[in-house]
Amino acid sequence: MFQTRPLAFHCLLLLLLLGSFILSLSLGSMTVATGSLVEVLLGRLSGDVVTGTADMVIWQIRMPRVCLSILVGACLAMSGAMVQGLFRNPLADPSLIGVSGGAAVGAALAIVLGGSWSWFAPDWNLPLFAFMGGALVTALVYRLGVGPLGTSVATMLLAGVAINAMTSACISYLATTAEDVRLRNLVYWLMGSFNVASWQKVSWVAPFALLSLLMIPFLWKGLNALLLGESEARHLGIQVERLRRRVIILAALAVGVSVASVGVIGFVGLVVPHIVRLMLGPDHRWLLTGSALLGAALLSLADLAARLVVEPLELPVGVLTAALGAPFFLFLVVQRRRGQMYGV
Amino acid sequence: MGSEPVLQMTGLSFRAAGRTLLQPTDLHVLEGECMAVVGPNGAGKSTLFRLLSGEWAPSAGQVMFDGTPLAKWSLAQLAQVRAVMPQSSSLSFPFAARDVILMGRMPHATGREVDAAIVEEVMTVCDVQHLAQRHYTALSGGERQRVQLARVLTQIWQPVALGRRLLLLDEPTSALDLAHQLDLMRLIRDVCGKAVTVLVIVHDLNLAARFADRIMMLHNGQPVAVGSPDEVMRPDLIECVFNVKAQVIEHPLYGCPLVVS
Repeated sequence: MFQTRPLAFHCLLLLLLLGSFILSLSLGSMTVATGSLVEVLLGRLSGDVVTGTADMVIWQIRMPRVCLSILVGACLAMSGAMVQGLFRNPLADPSLIGVSGGAAVGAALAIVLGGSWSWFAPDWNLPLFAFMGGALVTALVYRLGVGPLGTSVATMLLAGVAINAMTSACISYLATTAEDVRLRNLVYWLMGSFNVASWQKVSWVAPFALLSLLMIPFLWKGLNALLLGESEARHLGIQVERLRRRVIILAALAVGVSVASVGVIGFVGLVVPHIVRLMLGPDHRWLLTGSALLGAALLSLADLAARLVVEPLELPVGVLTAALGAPFFLFLVVQRRRGQMYGV
Repeated sequence: MGSEPVLQMTGLSFRAAGRTLLQPTDLHVLEGECMAVVGPNGAGKSTLFRLLSGEWAPSAGQVMFDGTPLAKWSLAQLAQVRAVMPQSSSLSFPFAARDVILMGRMPHATGREVDAAIVEEVMTVCDVQHLAQRHYTALSGGERQRVQLARVLTQIWQPVALGRRLLLLDEPTSALDLAHQLDLMRLIRDVCGKAVTVLVIVHDLNLAARFADRIMMLHNGQPVAVGSPDEVMRPDLIECVFNVKAQVIEHPLYGCPLVVS
């Protein structure tokens, strides 16, 4: 499997992403024929807008949603891969170790108390607070879980359990004390679904998805060296502290804006890098970009499925990723126990 | 063999939690020399190693490398001239062995072709070509140790303008069978011949006696003897330090001291 040429695999992933993009735009409660899809897109691109139902459905409803699911998928998968590299442990997932929970508390705080800070970039309160919550938890778990001999999986996951318990308590507390209007906003957001997608949310996530992508060339070597061990990385000339700071901030940013825009979506950061590692090996040079593409494709497909399976209702996509991801995680744990886990 | 010390320790000592793990130690390691450090468990070998590798900061004294205090070296420059092989490595991701070895070229900007050629050469020398495509995680302890050795050798294989090269090894033979122990020590000797200075912590006195130019013996965090194998491998010293009755005879084949207990 490892001989799979990285470039070919990336091309395959791009095709998959393109396919899921087109499918997600065309399918739904109203199926749009490929012809009118092309017509609407060309119209929008050339500035010569064809008004009508097709344009409404595709450009104003589905497009932001598809873009958001692609961006969030890329963000979650990339930060999953980065966090796993940082922890030297393929079982680290932003949602399992509490990073998403921390971001959720930040976001909930912003929603419930947000009015009081309206003087400060009101549009950005939500992602900003989510980022701070996420960064705090990442740094905390790192402190707790990483010793001189590497990470203790047990400590890391147990810390995650405790942090997740705390964060859900915090959110419940915030929900009980919130005013009615804010409570409605909070509950709506907590459901964690892409049906709240908007171009504004796309504009939150896009810069940080791009930032993570652009940082890959500066991170992959260091992350590879870090897998050898912290002092080994230092002896190879890597500034481990700086690398760690960068990864924590990037992951917290990417997870933070994702959580702020669509709520907590678990297991993407665990499953996606795992599949890419199976195909391309653990080299971060390809792992990070591959995870971005596959995460984008898989989450947009998952959202499409969430829209279609119980039509005319809609599943929160977080329910779907948890239903698929949690058994996968259990499978990894069992494999690991048998000592054959790929990667541990 | 040059005469200016590559590695120079002056009054180097380390205290932690009220205990002195290393008494003030002075030692010069000359260019191209192979210096072995021996001593029983808890003698301070690992402490010394961590101070020399810069992992721990000394409580007093200092380490000079190539005329500059260790603390003044930048990580990036140090990585070009000095390689460190720790006792065990925690790599738990399935890199191909060749990719692990290639990581040794990370500090250098020599380009892909040069790096690949060096990796090939080192793999041949270390007898690990047959492991090249195997996953590191699937290798035995001894194979991993040889791959790690190949990685650190790759790091300092070529002379660099920056300065003289140094290799620090912490018990590199601990997981090896007899044949590979001898191969590895012979290899380290050959590297010395290529003008790399070596400091190696060795468990086996006879390996040290056969392959080192000089030996430092540690006991309770204190250097008790420094000198040529003949000077250090004395029955009285070994009995005092290792608490075993031993005889030292001349090795029938190599003429070096041979410790028989």
